Amino acid sequence: MSDLGEDIDRDGAPATPDDRIVAESPVAELAVVAAKAPGRWRGWVIAAAAVLAVVLLIVLGLTESAIAIAIGVGSAAVYFVAVNKIIDRFSDPVQDRLRPWAFVAPVLLFLFLFLLVPAIRTIYISLFDRNGDFIWFRNYTDMFSDDGMRIVFRNNLFWIVGVTTASTLFGLLMAVLADRVKHESLAKSLVFLPMAISFVGASVIWRFIYDSSRLADESQIGLLNAIWVGLGNDPVFWLLERPWNNFLLIVVMIWMQTGFAMVVLSSAIKGVPTELLEAARIDGANEWKVFRHVTLPSIAGTLAVVITTTIITVLKVFDIPRVMTGGRSETSVIANEMINAIGFGQQERAGALAVLLFVAVIPILIYNIRRFRREESMR
Amino acid sequence: MSAAAADIAGQPTTTSGRIVRFLTSWAGRITVFVVCVVWTVPTVGLLVSSFRPADEVRRTGWWTVLGDPDFTLQNYRDVLKSGPSGDMWTAFINSLTITVPAVVIPIAIAAFAAYAFAWMRFPGRQWLFIVVVGLLVVPLHLTLVPLLQAFTSGVDVFGVRVIPDLNLTGKYVSVWLAHTAFGLPLAVYLLYNYIGSLPRDIFEAARIDGADHFTIFWRLVLPLSVPALAAYAIFQFLWVWNDFLVATVFIGTSPDAAPMTVRLAQLVGSRGQDQHLLTAGAFLTMALPLVVFFSLQRYFVRGLLAGSVKG
Repeated sequence: MSDLGEDIDRDGAPATPDDRIVAESPVAELAVVAAKAPGRWRGWVIAAAAVLAVVLLIVLGLTESAIAIAIGVGSAAVYFVAVNKIIDRFSDPVQDRLRPWAFVAPVLLFLFLFLLVPAIRTIYISLFDRNGDFIWFRNYTDMFSDDGMRIVFRNNLFWIVGVTTASTLFGLLMAVLADRVKHESLAKSLVFLPMAISFVGASVIWRFIYDSSRLADESQIGLLNAIWVGLGNDPVFWLLERPWNNFLLIVVMIWMQTGFAMVVLSSAIKGVPTELLEAARIDGANEWKVFRHVTLPSIAGTLAVVITTTIITVLKVFDIPRVMTGGRSETSVIANEMINAIGFGQQERAGALAVLLFVAVIPILIYNIRRFRREESMR
Repeated sequence: MSAAAADIAGQPTTTSGRIVRFLTSWAGRITVFVVCVVWTVPTVGLLVSSFRPADEVRRTGWWTVLGDPDFTLQNYRDVLKSGPSGDMWTAFINSLTITVPAVVIPIAIAAFAAYAFAWMRFPGRQWLFIVVVGLLVVPLHLTLVPLLQAFTSGVDVFGVRVIPDLNLTGKYVSVWLAHTAFGLPLAVYLLYNYIGSLPRDIFEAARIDGADHFTIFWRLVLPLSVPALAAYAIFQFLWVWNDFLVATVFIGTSPDAAPMTVRLAQLVGSRGQDQHLLTAGAFLTMALPLVVFFSLQRYFVRGLLAGSVKG
C-alpha cells in the first residue's frame, strides 16, 4: 500500500484557468458565429453600442465616468487606428518590424511609468531619512529594534500561519466532502460567497458578531457574546483581549479565503484519474488510505499553489485590522503601519515597510517560479 | 462517485463495516452542513439586522426576529439620504464612476499587447513578456508613495519639471490611472494565455486571405476572446469595487469622490448613532458584487482563480 503514492505521476495538477476557459464556452461558439458574420457592419454595431453605453452612463449620473471611458477608450482607438495607418505606408519588412511595437507600446509605457519607476523609487526613498540625508538601511534596522514593530511582525506571522493553515484545511475538507453530498454546488457557493465581499464589508459583518457593547444583565447583540453569556459567563470585550484578538481578526480572513482553497483544490481532486482511485479500492484500501496515498500526492502541486497564493494575499492584508480595531490593542500588521506612515507624511518609513512586504514575498516567488519551470519542462 | 466506487470495492458485508460506512457518510454530510451554516450565518445576520428598526438593532440580537418579526426599510432610507459624513448613494455613484473606466481601459490596451506577444514575432518578445507578467507579483504597496507624491506635487527629473503640480489626489483620475496600471499585467497574462491558445490554422487562413494583423485582431481575435475578456472584466470589477487600499491613499475621505468601501469604513469609525446604518450600508456595498457572483458565477470563479496570482 505504501508504494502506491510513488507510482503516481504528478501530473494531476488541474488544468490552468485558461485551459478551463477554452474547454467549455458557449460564448466562444457565439463569438465564432459573430466573427463569421459580415464584418462590414460589426464596427458600426460596436460603435453604436459604445455610444449607447456612454449615454446610459451620463443618464445614470456617471458623467465623469463616461468622459473617462470616452477619453480612455477613444484615445486607445485613435492611437491604434492612426499608428496602424501610418505603419501601412512603409514597405513590408519595415511594417513587420514596427507593428508589434505599436501594439505593445501603450502597455509598456503604462507599466514603466506607473509600476516600474515608482517601485524602484520606493526602494530609493527608503534609504533616506526625513531630512533627505542618505542613511543606508537605518529605516529598516530601526524597525527591527522597535518593540511596537516587533509585535506587528509577530502579528503578521500569526496571520500567515493561521489563515494559511485553516483556510487550506477547511478548503480541502470541503473539496473532499462536498463531492459526496447531494447539493454540491449549493454548498460550494455558500462557502465561496464571502470572496465576493470587500474586506471592509466583511469586517463590518464580523464586528457585529464580536460586539461587546452590552452589559452582563442586558440582552447581547453580538453572536459570540450571546453564546458565551448563554454558557454562563460574563460578556467579554473580544477585540481588546490581547493577543487573542488577533485570532478573531484572522477568523475573518479564514472565512473569506476558504472558498478560494476549496474551489482550486476541488478542481484538482476531480482531476485525479478514477482508475487510480478504483485500483486502490480494489486493493482493499479504505477511504482514508485512498485519500492519503492517492489523492493527496496527486494534488500536491495544487496544494502548493493554494498555500503560496494565500501567504502572498495574507501578507498584504490591512483592511481588516484597520476597520475592526484601527490596529489598536496590538493588532496592527505591516501593511496597516505603512498606510499609517503615509497618513503621517513619513514617506521614508512607508517606503521601507513596502519594501519589507516585497522582500517577504520574494522567497515564495522564487519557489513558485521554480515549480512553474519544473512543470513546464515536464510537458 | 462514492457509490460507484463502493460497487467496485464490494459492499462491506460485516455489520461493523456497514456501521462504519453509515457513520462516515453521515459524518461527511453533517460536516458539510455545519461548515455551510457557519459560513452563511454572518452574512444572513447582517442582512436580517439591516431590515430591523434602529433601536432594536441596538437592544437585541438579530436572531430574536424569529420570535418577534419587525422589519423596516428605514435603515436603507437613512443611509442613502445625506448624513453627517455624506450619503451612500453618492458613494455608490462614486464607486461606479471609479470602477467602470478602471475595468474598460486596461482591456482596451492590454488586448493589443496580448495579441502581439502571442502571434507577432519581434526581437525581445520573450523577455518583455516575462517582465510584463513578472510585474504581476509586485505588491502595489511598493508603488503607492511615489505615485502619491507625483499625483500631489508633480515630478522633477534631474531638476526639470516633467509633470506639473496637478493636485490629482482626491480626484477620480488618480485611481483610474493607478488601477489601470495595477490591472495591466494580469490582463496581458490572461489574454495572452487565451489568445495564444487559439488554433494556429485560423490565423494562417486569414493571412492567406490577405488580412493584416490589425484586421485579424479586430475581426477574429477580439470576438473569439470574449470568454477571457469576461473573466478578466469580472476579476477587475471585483478588485476595484472592493478596493479600499488605493482609494484610501489616493482619494482619502473626500466625499466628492470616495467610494463605498471608504464611506463604510468611515461609518464604522463614527460610533453610536450610526451603528444601525452600518448594516444597511454594508449590505449596499455587497449588493452589486453579489449580483455579479450569482449571475456570472462561472466567469467569476474563473476570473478569481486566474487573478489569484496577482501581487
